[in-house]
Amino acid sequence: MTELAPKSIVYCGICSWPPEYCEFGVSRARCQSWLDTNHHDLYEKIYTEDITNQTSTLSLEKQEKLNNDLAKAQHKQELKQERELQKMLNSKIVIKRIERNKRKHIISISGLEVFNLDSKKLAKTFASKFATGASVTKNADKTEEILIQGDVSDEAKEYIEKLLQDQGLNDIKVEQIDDKKKKKKDAAAAAAATTAGST
Amino acid sequence: MFKKFTKEDIHSRSNIKSSVQRGLKSNLVQLYPQLEPAIDNLIPKKSQVVSIKCEEKIQLYCVDNEIVMFQQYNDELVPSLTTVHKYPDCFPRVQVDRGAIKFILSGANIMCPGLTSPGAKLPEENMEKDAIVTVYAEGKENALAIGKLLMSIDDIKTKNKGIGIELVHYLGDGLWNHQE
Repeated sequence: MTELAPKSIVYCGICSWPPEYCEFGVSRARCQSWLDTNHHDLYEKIYTEDITNQTSTLSLEKQEKLNNDLAKAQHKQELKQERELQKMLNSKIVIKRIERNKRKHIISISGLEVFNLDSKKLAKTFASKFATGASVTKNADKTEEILIQGDVSDEAKEYIEKLLQDQGLNDIKVEQIDDKKKKKKDAAAAAAATTAGST
Repeated sequence: MFKKFTKEDIHSRSNIKSSVQRGLKSNLVQLYPQLEPAIDNLIPKKSQVVSIKCEEKIQLYCVDNEIVMFQQYNDELVPSLTTVHKYPDCFPRVQVDRGAIKFILSGANIMCPGLTSPGAKLPEENMEKDAIVTVYAEGKENALAIGKLLMSIDDIKTKNKGIGIELVHYLGDGLWNHQE
């Protein structure tokens, strides 16, 4: 029995579709330039053939309408993406250190969902990384947060920053907050600074 | 099926037993006989298949963090589009005309006229209702969707009205965008 090897296919780096379908996608212009820079041979093949394809079985009017609709959708999508990016840049990840009793703390991490990080998976990795308990719960605003037992806020911060960098998001704020009971705000902030320095 | 599909729809994931894995492979070959020479590349003998259970009793089967196929309830196994792209000749294919592409890519079911017009192609031999077919498009090389026949091929040709293929999985749907 001869084995059949898998056919390798280039997928578009922008919309993840096979490049020949990019023209129906929502980010055509960007797909086109991506293909041009990354797979020039394919680019030539697809976008020069395209013109002959236009005169397919469809009438010209229909074709035009189709293209118009596509252009509209693309424009909409671009705006949407921009908004999303803006939202991403504006939001931040909050790492909260909550005092449980005098010397014990738990860490709560919230704001992850905006960055496409899977809370469940992340909780699992934290649990094994720090050898502690970690769980995903829903907080008051019905958003997910990770709770980690033990004072690991600095390490967690480092890890999350690394994850964000892998995604190409460098300027995302990861904020550390100390949540202490019965203490003035200033004292808490000072304590946060010292603990951050000492650990 | 996967028009709306997000991480929240995933309930659990588990590694499946090697005996179950063997059964799965033989099932798949039975469904798609032409896949036989490729099956060991698709699901290598030593690999670990991960089954992901989702909403509505959908099960996804992954090998090396790539979704290879899925099934709903205990129905027939359906290859994912990445699998179809890798082994295009192993699955029954139909072709639609250019006008239909746009609608398919937004998840519409395929109407008969889109399958019988000059730009489209249907297989010569008859296929029964409920069979899984891969959907290609006029002037395109790769598959863009996977569907289930709601009429037999002969019926599509003769009646030429209404929904012919129910779309199961298409480029850009929730499953396609789902990353392991």
